[in-house]
This record gives sequence, structure tokens and C-alpha cells, in this order.
Amino acid sequence: MLSYTAKRLGQTVFVLIGISLITFVLLQVVPGDPVALMLEKRADPETIAKIRHELGLDLPYHIQYYNFLKGAVRLDFGTSYFTKEVVSVALIRSFKVTVKLACMAFVFAAAIGIPCGIFSAVKRGKRIDSVVMVLSIIGVSAPAFWFAIILQIIFGLKLDILPISGFDGVSCYILPSVALGARYAGSMARITRTSMLEVMGQDYIRTAKAKGASRWSVIMKHALKNAMIPIVTLIGTDFGYMLTGSMLIEKVFSIPGIGKLAVDAMSNRDLPLLEGTVMYIAFVFVIVNLIVDLSYAFLDPRIRYGKGAA
Amino acid sequence: MKRTRIGFFNKQRQFEQDMLERGVEYEYSSFYADSLKQLKKNKMAMGCAVILLLLILIAIFAPLLAPYDPAYQDYTAVLAEPSSAHLLGTDEYGRDILSRIIYGSRVSISIGIVAQIVASLVGITLGSLAGYYGGVIDNVISRIMEIFQAFPDLIFAMAIMTFMGKGVLNLFIALGLLTWVRTARMIRGSVMQLKEKEYIEASRACGASTFWIIAKGLIPNCLSTIIVMVTLGIPNAIMYEASLSFLGIGIQPPTPSWGNMISAAQTFISYRPLYSIMPGVAIMITVIAFNIFGDGLRDALDPKLKT
Amino acid sequence: MGEKLLEVQGLKTWFHTDAGLSKAVNDVSFFVEKGKTLGIVGESGCGKSITSLSIMGLVQTPPGEIAGGKILFEGEDLLEKTEEEMRSIRGKKIAMIFQEPMTSLNPVFTIGQQLIETLMLHENLTKQQAREKGIEMLKLVKIPLAEKRFDEYPHQLSGGMRQRVMIAMALCCSPKLLICDEPTTALDVTIQAQILELINELKEQTGTSVMMITHDLGVIAEVADDVMVMYAGKVVEHATCDQIFEKPMHPYTYGLMNCIPKLDDDDTKELSVIEGMVPSFDDMPKGCAFCPRCPEAMDICREKMPKLSEAEGRMVRCFKYTEEWEESSHE
Repeated sequence: MLSYTAKRLGQTVFVLIGISLITFVLLQVVPGDPVALMLEKRADPETIAKIRHELGLDLPYHIQYYNFLKGAVRLDFGTSYFTKEVVSVALIRSFKVTVKLACMAFVFAAAIGIPCGIFSAVKRGKRIDSVVMVLSIIGVSAPAFWFAIILQIIFGLKLDILPISGFDGVSCYILPSVALGARYAGSMARITRTSMLEVMGQDYIRTAKAKGASRWSVIMKHALKNAMIPIVTLIGTDFGYMLTGSMLIEKVFSIPGIGKLAVDAMSNRDLPLLEGTVMYIAFVFVIVNLIVDLSYAFLDPRIRYGKGAA
Repeated sequence: MKRTRIGFFNKQRQFEQDMLERGVEYEYSSFYADSLKQLKKNKMAMGCAVILLLLILIAIFAPLLAPYDPAYQDYTAVLAEPSSAHLLGTDEYGRDILSRIIYGSRVSISIGIVAQIVASLVGITLGSLAGYYGGVIDNVISRIMEIFQAFPDLIFAMAIMTFMGKGVLNLFIALGLLTWVRTARMIRGSVMQLKEKEYIEASRACGASTFWIIAKGLIPNCLSTIIVMVTLGIPNAIMYEASLSFLGIGIQPPTPSWGNMISAAQTFISYRPLYSIMPGVAIMITVIAFNIFGDGLRDALDPKLKT
Repeated sequence: MGEKLLEVQGLKTWFHTDAGLSKAVNDVSFFVEKGKTLGIVGESGCGKSITSLSIMGLVQTPPGEIAGGKILFEGEDLLEKTEEEMRSIRGKKIAMIFQEPMTSLNPVFTIGQQLIETLMLHENLTKQQAREKGIEMLKLVKIPLAEKRFDEYPHQLSGGMRQRVMIAMALCCSPKLLICDEPTTALDVTIQAQILELINELKEQTGTSVMMITHDLGVIAEVADDVMVMYAGKVVEHATCDQIFEKPMHPYTYGLMNCIPKLDDDDTKELSVIEGMVPSFDDMPKGCAFCPRCPEAMDICREKMPKLSEAEGRMVRCFKYTEEWEESSHE
């Protein structure tokens, strides 16, 4: 378990360095001089050179990368070219909003998806199973931003019971989290069903039945605890996607989260903000995946007690 | 009915004849024919195959099917309600929405397919190299795959599009880079298993070049995996394209794409809801059809792939 | 003759598959006496495991279906019990040990948790009492360091140890009937002997009746009082253990016997095998199910199915021991 953790941690650090390198290289190939872009057409070559020097953009690449890395470690990405806000402040402010949204979406998705998946597995082959599976495939296949707009039309405009934009009160969270969570609810239902069906065919389930355990106990205790092991990994990764992939929903509902920050930074070519958001989002994603992997090991006694593969 | 013709022979003869017939039949029925037979039994998948065929025909014959030119602006009918002239109404420039959706299928489906071809080429090359050589090469390629997988998908595509500039070519590259890792992983795994097989050993012993072994010995045996990966990868790429276009960094207007249509329609949801709903329906039908057909293909060709 | 603990009458367990109806258990009758061991022998697919699952009420429906017959346990028909009532019988009065000790224990619960579960389900015990009883059971099945093993997970134990745990779990509520479905097949030969000895010993101690399902006549010789030979879902011979080993009567039993190598056999003698395979259900011969593989088959065997009838103090399903055989051979 310890060596597994150490190995996984080392891998994470390596991946993070790789990500920083790719981000840095991408920044270098951006067409157009960012400083000229920042100052627009007013600037004369002299001022540009001066600012380039101030920003350290005239240094050799490897030193620039070193500075970039040093900054990234301290969460210091400089200030935005446009809003002049310190990037790390903007990141943390927006991230709080996104975390709230992602958590609500996750709770929604898990609360709908997992029970539906279990139910579907238990009622395998019955009509209700087909209904759940069709709904889940629609959930997975409908674009989230489109689903968000439909929710706006139905609940915001036709029924007029929920606000369709902003992020101030609880009622504002409902539509965005449902829109963000829907496709994950679908995928969770499918994964739970598959995993449960596989486990239900195992020998130890027959043993539990032979003991005289009730149907409920066989499903909820013996089967679910085993089925949860793969489910946790997959839904953990889903949470990572919700935290980092909410820009579409944020755009539809005008929510000032990290996704909107990234989209704005991209449309403005606001490089410090852009590298900040990209690094930050990638970092969060990698860390969530790390936690998921470690919790996987914790859930499975075969890995926890180090005897290796199942 | 051959059986009645040999009816007067004794049982043993009939048995032999039966075996002979089966044997001949067996020779002709290859692995793919068997898979096709199994696929045909899957009604859902076959239904989706028909839908896909229709979608592709619509994309190819868009100019014949669309009632209007997708760029034709009718200033007398801006944001018109659905009518017999404009079945789904018109957009803010007076363009026929139905025609734009029909033309949008060209963009979505071709981008999905091309992006998958890009991804497969990269994935097959790197995956087979990693699987075949192992060691340092495998290590380096595997680490690269890890880094690519660690990037959250949309932000990665967005970053590439911003850094390299908008444009269809860059969109192909971004989507390809986004999805090659899955293919590469699968191919790597299959090649690692296959390269231990005797017939590969034999061709190596005969002095076949590495390229030859990979191209003629290994790749054909991964073909079913590749077919399944590509089919299931296309809806993914279509989804990404729609998302990026919705965010304004994919396909640029006036070229109609389902994603950028929804983006434009968003302003008018309060009085023209159909304008934003219909392109989404198109995306959904396409994605569902590809997914179910892909699942069916996977079950028929390579049941082990099931995750 | 002792008291009948379990009596199965005309049991029919059928499976509805894509390829058609499979009569996995077709009109099987037998009984198990109190304190005795019944061995059920047959090749895989002959219906012996399905018979035991039918008794436990664990046949998956659908595709399975118990199409007829009675399973009388202590005089009551188990097939008429509700699921609720069956649950209180399973694990408490009838317990079962399965073939695969490696996969029959739940990997995410400790040995102790799994033992306690059975006890808590059927006996009114506190957690502490259940724990003590559980450890006692582990000691009974001769697991060293029982206290330590109690809190370990299945993957930390060897196959033999796991099978001992399964036995402990099966016996912890002192069941009247213990069904062992190939309990030693997946184990090493030396461990096999230990497990069989353990089952024998515990049977003596507790007076439990045992149904031993196996394809291995060696196991039967070791533990059984009576033997029932099954072939393609039907009983073909039912006799005492001594009778069977002394003189197997059904050609199939005879063939099974010849498959066992004997120490005094000449080295050059080839191990005999029964030619062919068990017919699949969609390809069942019209007459006796064994006749395509039977060295002594005659025309009558291909025409109709022989009845299970008495011969020399036992039950055999073969024309050889009927008058029809004589008539047939005179033709």
C-alpha cells in the first residue's frame, strides 16, 4: 500500500511537470506578440521592448520556463493583462463557485444514477430495466449545454419557477447542477448496472444466498460493497470532469466560475490568466484522480493488504 | 434439400455428408462473417445502422435535400415561425433553420470521422510501437499518454484552439490529440499480447522487418479493436466539436454547425425555443445512433473490450 | 432402514435457454437418511449441481424452472415454502459448501464478518457471543491461529484454509443436512484428503446428514454410504457404496470405475476412457441417453428409454437387467 502510494505520487508529480511543459510550449507558439496584443495599437516598439523586459519575455526559454514553474508552484501567475486582477485571486474566487456547482451536480448525479443502476441490475431484462437504460443513453448522448437550454426553456420560461441565470441563491443552483449532472447520472447508472450484474454472478453471492441472507442484504451488502470498488473510481473521475468541464454550463447560465474565467481568458488572449486557469484546472483534475486511485486501493482489501493483484 | 436426395443411404453416410457440408461452410464463413451474423441479430444496433446510413446520405446529398441555400438570407422573414415555407422557421438573418441543420450534418459527421482517423493514425502508430518494442520506448510513450490523459479534455481542446488559432484544420488536430490516447492504449495492450504468438515469432525468424511484422502481422489482428474504437470515438468527437463550436472556438459562423447554431439560438430561447432545440435533437440522434451501433459492433467483434 | 431426512420425488428442473428447453434434472427421485452420506456421481452437466441448487431453492428463475416433483425435508415440501421460510431453512437446517473456495468467500469482508453473519441470521446471539462461537468453529475445522484468522480477509488464506472456513460457516448453525458440491475438486490432492477426513469427522460428531456431489469415485469411496449415479439429468443407478464398488451394474457406472487407475494395474495397460461426450440437451437420443457411448447398446436401447427398476437389491436404469433384453437379443 505504501509503495503503491509512493509510486502513484511520483507519477502525479511527473504528470504535473509534463502538463506545465506542454502549457509553456503552447504559450510560446501563440501567434502574435502578447505584449503588442495587450497594449493594442497604441504602443511604440520601445515601450513594447520595455514591457517585454519587465515581464521577462526576453529571457532564454529555459529560464522563462524555470520562472514559470517557480511561479506556478507558488500559485503566482502574475496579473491579468486586461482586468489587472492578480490571477491567483481570480482563480480562487471563481473556483469556489465551480466547486459549489460541481458538488451539487455530483450529488444529483450520484443520487439518481447509482440507485437507478442498482435497480436496473436487480430488475434485469424487465421493462423498467430497458426504460432506465434508454434514459441513461439519452442522458449520456445529449449535449449538456443543450440540455441546459431545454431546462431553461421549461423551468425558467414556460413554468417560470426557477431563475435561468446568475448564481446567488439556492434556487439558482438547481438548473445548472441538474444540467451538469445529467450526463454523469446516465453514465453512473450504466456503470453501476454493469458492475452489479458482474458481481451478482459471482460465487460468493451464491454463498450468501445459501446462508439464508435476505435478498436485500445480498444486494445491498454483499453485492454492492464489491460493485462499489470499480464504481468509485469511475465516479471519482466523473467528479474531476465536473470540476473542470463546467464551462459549457457556466456559459449557458452566466455563472462566474472557473470555466467562464478560462473561456474569457481565451477570447481575450489574456495569457497570464490563461496559463493560470489551464495549470490550475489540470492540477485539480490530476489531484482528484490521485485521491480516487488511493481510495480505490483503500476500498479493496486485496490491494490494501498488499498481496497484489486480484 | 440435399438431405432428401441421400435419404436412402444409411445413417453413417448421411452423418459424413453432413460433416462435409458443415466443413465446407465453415471454411467460407470467416470470423467477420460470424460477427456480422451476430450483429444482424442485434435489432437495436441494426436500427441504428440504418439511421446512420440515412444521416450519412443526408450529409452527402445535402444540396439536393435542403429546401434553401443555408447562407441565403431572407430579410422579409427574420426569426419566422415554422411554416410551410420554412418547416422549422428561420434564424436571426432569415436563413432557413432546417437547411442549416441539414448542412450542419456535413460538418459534424465529417469532423467526427476525420478526427477519429487522425486519432487512430496517431494512436495505432504510437500504441503499436510501445507494445512491440516495450522497454524505454514503451516507457516514454506511456508517460506521454499519461500526461495527455491527465489534461481535462475540454480545457485541453480549448487551449489548443486558442493557441493555434481557430480553423477547421486546427479543430481536427485538437480533437485528434484529445482522443488518440484511448486507441493507443488498446492497441498497445493487444500488440503486447499478440507479439508473443508463435506466428509472429515465426515471421521474425524468417527475417521479416519490424515494419512488416507490425503492419502485416499485428495490425490486421487488432483490426476489430480498431473498428470498435473508431466507431465509438466518432460520437465523442462530434460531441467535442459541438461543445467547442458552442463556446465559439470551433466551427465559425456563417458555416452552419449544430453547436454554433445552438450558441446563436441561445439569445432567442424565450420566443423561438425550437431554434435552439432542433440542432440539439440532431446531435443527440447522431450520437445515440453511433453509440448503440458501436456497442453492437463491440459485442459482435470483441466482447472482451466491454468495460 | 433409517429415518428419511430428505426425500426428493420426481424432481424436474428445466431451463429455458435461447436454444430451447434444457431438462437439466429430469424426474429424479432419491432420499437421504438421517446421519448418512449420499454420494451423487456424474460428469459435469449431468444435473447433479442443479439438483442440489433445487433443494436449496437457489435455481435462478428465469431461465430456470422447477417443473415438477416434491422435495420433502423433515416431511414438509420445500417447493411449497415461501421465500421467507426458505431463508430460515437455508444456512440453518440445510447448509451448502461449494466447489470454488477461492471465489466462494466475499473478498471485501473478513472471515469473521462472514461467519458472524450466518450466526446472527439464524441464532439469537449477541455480537460477542457470535464472535466466540465463530472462533470456536474455526478451531473445530482445525484452522491454526483461529483468533488471528478471524479478522483476516479471504485472500490472505490458502485454498484449503478457505474451504475449511466454508465448512465452518456451513456447520456453525448445526444444520441437519450438509450439501457438499464438489468440495475438493479445486484443491491439491493432499489437502483433498484432509478436507474429506474433516467432513467425515464432523459428520460423526454432529450427526449431520451429508449429500456429497462429485465426479470423483475416489471421494465417494472415502465418505459415502449410498451412491447415486446420474447421467444426462436422470438417475441411472442407485445402490449402497459397497454394492457399487463390488459390482457396478449400469454400463456407465462400469465405465466410470474403469477410469480410475489401480495400483495393481499393469504399467502398459492404457487408462480406459468413456468414448464420446454427454449429449447436449438439444441433441438427446430418442432411447437411452447413454446408448451412443454404450459399448453394449442394442436396438432396443436406441428405441426407448429404460425405466429405473430394481435388480439385485438396487435400482438400475438399463435394459440389460430386464426381460426385454433377452427378447431383444434373441431377435
